[in-house]
Amino acid sequence: MNAFRIALFGVGAAAAIGFVAQAAEISGAGATFPYPIYAKWAEAYAAKTGLKMNYQSIGSGGGIAQINAKTVDFGASDMPLKPEELENNGLTQFPPVIGGEVLVVNLPGIAPGQMTLDGPTIANIYLGKITKWSDPAIAKLNPGLKLPDTAIAVVHRSDGSGTTFIFTDYLSKVSPEWKDKVGEGTSVEWPVGIGGKGNEGVAALSARTMGAIGYVEYAYALQNKLVHTKLVNHDGLTLEPGSDVFQAAAANADWKSAPGFYLILTDQPGKESWPITGATFILMHKKQDHPEKAKEVLNFFDWAYKNGGQLAGSLDYIPMPANAVAIFEDSWKQIVGPDGKPVWDGHSS
Amino acid sequence: MAADIALIGRSAAQRQRAGSIGDVVFRALTFLFALLVLLILGGVIVALIDGALPALRTFGFSFVITEVWNPVTEKFGALAPIYGTLVTSAIAMVVGIPVAFGVAVFITEICPLWLKRPLATMIELLAAIPSIIYGIWGLFVFAPFVQQYIQPAIIDSLGQVPGIGALFAGPPLGIGVLTAGFILAVMVLPFISSIMRDVFETVPAILKESAYGLGATRSEVVRQIVLPYTRIGVVGGIMLGLGRALGETMAVTFVIGNAHRISASILQPGTTISASLANEFTEAFGDLYRSSLIALGFILFIITFIVLAIAKLLLLRLQKQAGG
Repeated sequence: MNAFRIALFGVGAAAAIGFVAQAAEISGAGATFPYPIYAKWAEAYAAKTGLKMNYQSIGSGGGIAQINAKTVDFGASDMPLKPEELENNGLTQFPPVIGGEVLVVNLPGIAPGQMTLDGPTIANIYLGKITKWSDPAIAKLNPGLKLPDTAIAVVHRSDGSGTTFIFTDYLSKVSPEWKDKVGEGTSVEWPVGIGGKGNEGVAALSARTMGAIGYVEYAYALQNKLVHTKLVNHDGLTLEPGSDVFQAAAANADWKSAPGFYLILTDQPGKESWPITGATFILMHKKQDHPEKAKEVLNFFDWAYKNGGQLAGSLDYIPMPANAVAIFEDSWKQIVGPDGKPVWDGHSS
Repeated sequence: MAADIALIGRSAAQRQRAGSIGDVVFRALTFLFALLVLLILGGVIVALIDGALPALRTFGFSFVITEVWNPVTEKFGALAPIYGTLVTSAIAMVVGIPVAFGVAVFITEICPLWLKRPLATMIELLAAIPSIIYGIWGLFVFAPFVQQYIQPAIIDSLGQVPGIGALFAGPPLGIGVLTAGFILAVMVLPFISSIMRDVFETVPAILKESAYGLGATRSEVVRQIVLPYTRIGVVGGIMLGLGRALGETMAVTFVIGNAHRISASILQPGTTISASLANEFTEAFGDLYRSSLIALGFILFIITFIVLAIAKLLLLRLQKQAGG
């Protein structure tokens, strides 16, 4: 009798698991940086349409591996794939959301937004060439500030991260020596400094180490009340960070003439463009074996582009400007089913 | 009820037969479990070697002796993490063993009876704290303390000694190899001390009392009676602690500074094998990068194996000495 009951329970449980697997209709995997906003969008989208999206934040490397193995409907990466990599794997990519990064410092008597830094100076600090806060290069940018003779404690990410990729890409663009000696990547060989795990690790080390400088996503600087600096942008203007200047970098970006949208938003031209801005990317196969699933994925991101802005803002992510969205959605024509027809017709069903 | 009576009513032969069937099943089952462990271990080794092959093929033996770790140019060498793993574990042992020994001696020989049990329980509780908690505590509480008080004192005293001064050179960052070693020492302490305590308890009271009767002091009893009697267990406890220190991941990742560099000074940041894996595996782009990380894991496996082998040899030798 008991055994029968257990068997019955087992069948019931198996059926329940089967049902859950059925209900989670689209699945994605990859970057950890956009996970909070994807999860929030998925929740809102499921409440509205009943379609569930299951996203595993396993890291960009894992996301690329899984989309290549076709175990997920879409992959996600903080580092865009180069056009030839996309071509080789039959993939296409588009960016759903933007984030901005700021430099944070820890010096007595210096309040948020008081200090100004520029690209070459940051590169020299991270190269270990500027070692004191009283260095003439920093003093020149901050004529009114009293700078102590403290040693600079350089803080960087220890884990592989899209945040690091965007930051090192920026340094490579503004400093030939950085590009030559270190280069850009999700993790690099840091010439100096201590590594903290995750944005929270860098935030904690920066907040606790006297004389520290670190780079974090803007949201972390706000939440942890860290002392961010102003930055001098590509056009030579000094800017205070904020969603308007992050968005300006994306709006001024020339997405149309970037093959595969391989465009990194650092050091973009434009008076209002924040210099260290980056997008995160979604990867999909161009040839879809299951066009109806691909269509659901694209419906989801179409909804996110059009209705997800406020949710993104609440988590300090920056939604894509409308002119850019039109270009991305136009590129979805490349995603075709077995019959060669585009899976997405421009209307959510 | 009826079944019970039937069981009692069975003949001895029947019972014996049933017993022997049970024996066979039991033997097969335990053999299966033992085999399973071997299979899993073998599988792990094969998977590690298979995953590490691309890196080992590309870099050859120089993988183990180069310090450079550059994901951008895809040049990888394991020397910095190997060095960090060995040095942090060594610091943990240097700090942890004397303290653990002191704790064990105090509890077994000196401690008043009412304090014995609470003290022992508290030390064992240290072992139950998850390592991530040690990491967070290390980063937020211990590292700033080390930066403000311990490191300046070390730099001003040991750092000025000619010869070994470079080992303790500043600036005081708070986090680094030494802090990681300290945290590891706290983490291995309960393992080593509870085993030492257990083996110290096995010393026959008659031996100790005879020594006291001959006028031996407490320290003489510990050195000449307790330690010689229990050295096999003591070495075993130390090796268990060392095994834990070598493989510890989360706590170390938080406080070591995660820099792929070998610094002369132990106050500076470094990295360990397991910390590198925890940090970099999720976002390792490229086959060679991933393969190099797996090769790191394989090296840790080998290091742990060597430590266990040395421990086993040491124990065998001690046993032989004790026997002869």
